[in-house]
Amino acid sequence: MDLNTITEVVRPRTRAELPAWKAGDAWLAGGTWLFSEPQAQLSRLIDLGDLAWPALAISEDGLSIAATCSVAELDALPCPADWIAAPLIDQCCRAFLASFKIWKTATVGGNLCMSLPAGPMISLLAALEGVCTIWKTDGSEQRIAVVDFVTGNNSNVLAPGDLLRQIDIPLTALRRRTAFRQIALSPVGRSGALLIGTLGRDGDLMLTVTGSTVKPLQLHFGAMPDEAALRGSILSEIPDALYHDDVHGKPAWRKAMTLRLAEEIRAELAGGVRP
Amino acid sequence: MSLIVDGKTIEAAPRPGQCLRTFLRDTGHFGVKKGCDAGDCGACTVLLDGEPVHSCLIPAFRADGKAVTTVEGLATEDGLHPMQQAFLDAQAFQCGFCTAGMIVTCASLNQAQKKDLDAALKGNLCRCTGYRAIEDALLGRAHVEEVAAGEAFGRSLPAPTGPDVVRGQARYTFDTAVEGLLHIKLVRSPHAHARIVGIDKAQALAVPGVHAVLTHEDAPGMLFSTARHEQAWMDPADTRVLDDTVRFIGQKVAAVVAESEAAAEEGCRRLVVDYEILPAVIDPEAAIAPGAPVIHAGHGSEHRIADVSRNIAAETHGEFGDVAAALASSAATYEGTFTTQRVQHAALETHGGLAWLDDGGMLTVRTSTQVPFLTRRALCEIFDLAPDKVRVFCARVGGGFGGKQEMFVEDILALAALKTGRPVKLEFTREEQFIATSTRHPMRVTVRAGADKDGRLTALQLDVLSNTGAYGNHAGPVLFHACSESISVYNCPNKKVDGVAVYTNTVPAGAYRGYGLPQTTFAVEAAIDELALKLGIDPFEMRRRNIVRPGDPMLTPPGSDHSDVLYGSYGLDQCLDLVERAMAEATPAPELSDDWLTGDGIALTMIDTVPPDGHFADASISLRDDGGFTLTVGTAEFGNGTSTVHRQIAASVLGTTVDRISLRQSDTAHGGHDTGAYGSTGTFVAGRATQAAAEAMAENIKRFAADRWTVDPADCAIADEAVSCGAQRLSFASIASLGGDGLTATGNSQGTPRSVAFNVQGFRVAVNKHTGVVRILKSVQAADAGRVANPMQCRGQIEGGVAQSLGAALYEEIVIDATGRVVNPRFRDYHLPSYADVPRTEVLFAATHDSIGPLGAKSMSESPYNPVAAALGNAIRAATGIRFTAVPFKPDRLFPQLQETFGD
Repeated sequence: MDLNTITEVVRPRTRAELPAWKAGDAWLAGGTWLFSEPQAQLSRLIDLGDLAWPALAISEDGLSIAATCSVAELDALPCPADWIAAPLIDQCCRAFLASFKIWKTATVGGNLCMSLPAGPMISLLAALEGVCTIWKTDGSEQRIAVVDFVTGNNSNVLAPGDLLRQIDIPLTALRRRTAFRQIALSPVGRSGALLIGTLGRDGDLMLTVTGSTVKPLQLHFGAMPDEAALRGSILSEIPDALYHDDVHGKPAWRKAMTLRLAEEIRAELAGGVRP
Repeated sequence: MSLIVDGKTIEAAPRPGQCLRTFLRDTGHFGVKKGCDAGDCGACTVLLDGEPVHSCLIPAFRADGKAVTTVEGLATEDGLHPMQQAFLDAQAFQCGFCTAGMIVTCASLNQAQKKDLDAALKGNLCRCTGYRAIEDALLGRAHVEEVAAGEAFGRSLPAPTGPDVVRGQARYTFDTAVEGLLHIKLVRSPHAHARIVGIDKAQALAVPGVHAVLTHEDAPGMLFSTARHEQAWMDPADTRVLDDTVRFIGQKVAAVVAESEAAAEEGCRRLVVDYEILPAVIDPEAAIAPGAPVIHAGHGSEHRIADVSRNIAAETHGEFGDVAAALASSAATYEGTFTTQRVQHAALETHGGLAWLDDGGMLTVRTSTQVPFLTRRALCEIFDLAPDKVRVFCARVGGGFGGKQEMFVEDILALAALKTGRPVKLEFTREEQFIATSTRHPMRVTVRAGADKDGRLTALQLDVLSNTGAYGNHAGPVLFHACSESISVYNCPNKKVDGVAVYTNTVPAGAYRGYGLPQTTFAVEAAIDELALKLGIDPFEMRRRNIVRPGDPMLTPPGSDHSDVLYGSYGLDQCLDLVERAMAEATPAPELSDDWLTGDGIALTMIDTVPPDGHFADASISLRDDGGFTLTVGTAEFGNGTSTVHRQIAASVLGTTVDRISLRQSDTAHGGHDTGAYGSTGTFVAGRATQAAAEAMAENIKRFAADRWTVDPADCAIADEAVSCGAQRLSFASIASLGGDGLTATGNSQGTPRSVAFNVQGFRVAVNKHTGVVRILKSVQAADAGRVANPMQCRGQIEGGVAQSLGAALYEEIVIDATGRVVNPRFRDYHLPSYADVPRTEVLFAATHDSIGPLGAKSMSESPYNPVAAALGNAIRAATGIRFTAVPFKPDRLFPQLQETFGD
């Protein structure tokens, strides 16, 4: 929709050209959320497009994803064969409530910065042990794990003027075995719970819980737990207050689905057959 | 900036915060629609450098140097794009408002995406079709027929505006550029109940571009109802154009009229309104409790409010026989309380319109309405204008579903046009649709039912609490209808009804497809099933033992004066047989794990084919000089398909083909009267008027020829676009050239007597006992529509009705918080069925011929919606053994009882 209070769009090409942040400013990445709701408090958009950050860079250390990388660009990435975690990318893209048309415009960084419980890029990048780089207004940089970046429903660590620059995925995470489970109140609806398990070569399990909780939560197990141990850990480490409550799912259901999907993931990664 | 749109270069500077959608429309590309303006519905889809995007989310400046293709740019000089042709061949549209974006999206899909339409189409919402026809277009299936002169009725002919719809050239309400247009934005109440003690306009008027700020001080004092009915007494007079008391969050407080929407919005933000906050009541049970805040204090029975002090807008009470005694002595009894939620019509085109004073000073309103004539009547009364000084008309209307049987915008449009003397426009946002138009009436229905050991009903009782929200539009008629056919379809010696429609400080409820019947049918059909279970009787058989049959009185207490409902035809028995047979047929069952429980359920409904107490239609027809005809009807087309049917009726009566009938519609300037396109009357009532006009025209033509030939008109016959008598023959074109081009005829329908139509729905479902997910394995609906005017279209109405009703049964719910605020006024939080959500429904027709309806046809637009939630509830009961009594049947709602029953 038209954002009629916007009087100016600035289009910096370098970090040095970024204007001093002021009240009424907003970063414009894809704009798919910004233009989807009234934003009467805003007067200036700072377009990140002309910064021309390379969307994706593969190195010996892993994968670097620019905050402005579109969901479609990430989805289309030809991944090296030894990245056995790569199917998660497609699975998480398909978990978007929004369609493939939005993926062309929406950005990976935008999804993180919205910090909604159902943000599937949060699920993906948290499960892949991503680390955010934040450009601070004083010129410094801050690095923080994705799982810590999001602090609650629609809230994160960013201070006014902070800019998410990129997310780095370590190679080790891309080489873990994965299992993915999602459920929603309708067949292609917004996630009520989205869980990802990854299994290291040493047999350690990392379970990432998103969608059902107000922020991503990660449970680590040095070795594959049995059903009771997994259930016990979830019950003890995720207090009821962290289960999200909105029109996309009641907390009791989200909690039950979390337990259920987690067990399915455990069974799959433990060698059992996918149900 | 410079960009290429549909092959033409455009040089223009967008505003800084402008999106591509409005930029394209501002430059005349009206094929780009606004359904939500938030990226959820896909109606605004265009190709940007060949890639489909939602243009409402694209900053306009980013299109600089790019190529944009809208739906209007898909066709070439050689003809339609193959996808446009496919949509035409399959008639994959009804109102057509989503079609532009749907076709652009479908045209962009690759082979892999076409194999996974659940995912590929999740960004495109269609509220009308139920998606089957869209799937057929993608699969290249054609459904339209071509037929010879005089044989149009009963055949699957395409909609006359189809070519324009698929090209994106059908013009809807807002698809017009008007010189000097001013824009209206509304200031809305942040309080559920408050008195306005002061409004300071100064800062708002100081905004550059603001022309006027209109408040209750500028508005006429007359009280009226936004509900439009032929008889004004049906609804309470409780609403002002702008009131000095607000009764729900979102009620309009003031209108700012400005050169641009941006200036009007800024004016709204700067308007200073002083409120004295009053106690509010959100819950309907609390609203009728002693001591509750009185919502319409100061009004009374003279305003047709049943009981102001108790917040009762309307009520009905009555009993035949002795229900309590009958229940006490019945072999089986059942009692249950069922609740239905607040749902929204979600027509893809929002409410809105344009108004101006024409050169002769006539107030002219172009609006998205189902009721142009009744809207004119209201404007004349409110603004004290003569009927010939007000014109109301529709361009093509993008969906209605009852939501546009109301006057939500035309009063403000008229006020602003009259005050400023300028053309004005008001276009609601999607959020305004949710917070400030109308919804279905949420109801709490307690049903008590009894039967003897043979399964014959002994008692049937309804206790209904209907929540009409802050205003009483449709409160009474919906309540009365809810308590009528839902129980009058059953023979039962003892019946009792207590119904109350209650005011609350929430967004008003209004007319909605089904008009109350879906809510009560949910309860009644559950009770019939429960009695059948207790008695060990098959659900089909249980119904056969109790349904009314021709000759049986159709009774609802307290009884009524409406003795004009007749069995013009009867096909309920056939519908039951058809569904029973279809459900028994073996169908491929998916492999399901032990977590899934399966079951079948059915429900039936009856509906009167016309609302009570008067529904009128005029039609006129004239012979053109080319031998074709111009047919003028008042009824509105909003995807219901009546434009097709009216031409079929006229062409059949006049022995011609539909392409020879040009249709003018829904414009008060054409003269005559039409009560409106509601209550499933577009075919049954208005079609009867068209039939009468066409028959009169046929007589005129016969008389004209008979005069020339000096024969008896009775010896003349009409066929093959000509009149003949023995060997003598005159084509219609010859008649026109011989001076018959002035021939005109009129027809009228009084909407009485009325007939009854029937629907039976069957579902087979699987329910996951651990997640609460419901999967529909089979869906069948049989309909008794009399002689089906257009099988393709009628099937579409039924599929669309099932889909819309599945939305209400499975997903949709407007959630209102404790303060009265709608918490989910957007499609991403109010889940309309998308392609992936809607199963294919097998549609079957009873073979009947109605003695009252036009050429044997009956209504079939609202009623397919009515049995769906009830049948689904019965199927889930059969699968799980649990009677769920509240819709929607969302997984998280079913979960607690499933967990209690089946454990983790």
